Amino acid sequence: MPTITFIEHNGTRHEVHAEVGQSAMQAATFAGVPGIPGDCGGACACASCHAYVDDAWAGRFAPAEGTEYDMLENVVERQPTSRLTCQLVVGADMDGLTLRLPAVQF
Amino acid sequence: MSLDSVVIVGAGHGGVQVAIALRQEGFGGRIVLVNDEPGLPYQRPPLSKAYLLGKINATAMLFRPETFYVDQRIELVHDRVAAIDRQNRRVMLDSGSALDFGHLVLATGAHNRPLNVPGSTLGGIFGIKTKADADLLSPLVKQARNVVVIGAGFIGLEFAAVAAAEGAAVEVLELGDRPMARAVSPQMSELFRAAHQGWGVKFNFRTGLAELEGEDGKVSAVTTSDGRRLPAELVVYGIGVIPNVQLALEAGLDIDNGIRVNSSLLTSDPHISALGDVAAFPCVQNGENLTRLESVQNAVDQGKLIAARLVGKPAPYTALPWFWTDQGNLKLQIAGLSIGADNYVTLGDAAAQQLSVLCFRGEELIAVESCNRPGDHVFARKILARPPALTPAAAAAPDFDLKAWEAANRP
Repeated sequence: MPTITFIEHNGTRHEVHAEVGQSAMQAATFAGVPGIPGDCGGACACASCHAYVDDAWAGRFAPAEGTEYDMLENVVERQPTSRLTCQLVVGADMDGLTLRLPAVQF
Repeated sequence: MSLDSVVIVGAGHGGVQVAIALRQEGFGGRIVLVNDEPGLPYQRPPLSKAYLLGKINATAMLFRPETFYVDQRIELVHDRVAAIDRQNRRVMLDSGSALDFGHLVLATGAHNRPLNVPGSTLGGIFGIKTKADADLLSPLVKQARNVVVIGAGFIGLEFAAVAAAEGAAVEVLELGDRPMARAVSPQMSELFRAAHQGWGVKFNFRTGLAELEGEDGKVSAVTTSDGRRLPAELVVYGIGVIPNVQLALEAGLDIDNGIRVNSSLLTSDPHISALGDVAAFPCVQNGENLTRLESVQNAVDQGKLIAARLVGKPAPYTALPWFWTDQGNLKLQIAGLSIGADNYVTLGDAAAQQLSVLCFRGEELIAVESCNRPGDHVFARKILARPPALTPAAAAAPDFDLKAWEAANRP
């Protein structure tokens, strides 16, 4: 069960035990991490699960594409490692991943 | 006296959001969530698409796992509220027990408007509202060769796309003259009409349902209002919903289409709030007219607002409405309300199934519909959430781009 660390914009850390196959968004919401509303439930419709992949992990994911890419292009505070976490499927190799949350979640 | 307990009736998006947000806001009192469906509270949008297709499982639809409710001290009660005793601030449950409340939140949602033609009680006829509906429907969709969909709204068309993808011959009956006529512009309707036809879906506009025929208790055919007989082993209807106001009505709360609430989402009883599909609220985006919206966004944002008020942070409800629907490869996202739109500017290319329709009422931008242009949707929500307003003339300029406009006009 990989452990993913979510860091809120105010620095609060949440270590979450994620299930392989679920999305990082769901791992966060299931664990009650604030700052990831995930309002649309993972349909890639609302852009409320934006997070920054820690630099150390940035190269290990395929880049955002399609709907996710288009939505990210227009979210507030976009950075090169931005992802919508509803589209990040947790793999067994993600133990130790850190995701930082933006100040404004939209 | 500070608030010591909140009882929430209904465990859909709105009810669950109130419970979660109360704890996030630091509320320390008792929270009881009364759920009249079995199992843990779940999200409904996938029922007519991803869940039906088997793309996601039941666990993925849950709002939260059971441990979350335990950890957060949110009591899940599987029961139905039989009555509200306003005088004693207590709800009576079907099981015979009762719950005292400091504040009551009615998140009772809505139920499907039923078919009312002969044969409506035959087997093989479904509305899609609950996980139980979807669980019964899912295997039938894979087997059915002839499917008739009643109503070309979001739910009907989401299902039509699923059924067509599963290889069924799909006929859609619709009283109006275009798909999703109450929700989207003619231009967007046309894109979806063409797309569905491309998937093999056949539309019957200006056509109602006259009768359902059966064999051995199961539907076998439908007769249309113009007298045609269409074979059907499976009929799915989505002809609107009716708000679940019965409890509130019997308790003497003001009802006006839904449970009438003020801009703080309080009912006519200051100890009772209502939200989501069941609540008729003065909508800023609809000229302060009492409005009932059936959407995830509305339920979630109203839930957050009520929770904040209950911990002493009141605010009027002004959130921008937004909606989405997924049909086949099309993702339609709508920001704002297009009620009264009389002028449209389109961006993109309908033939390529990438289109945004900017909906104006006079000079005022009131809504943006985006099909497979999710970036436009994100910008539209920013633009619509605050002035200055985008005019039709500016939007119609050659090479107009929402992103560039938003950047140039950011306050």
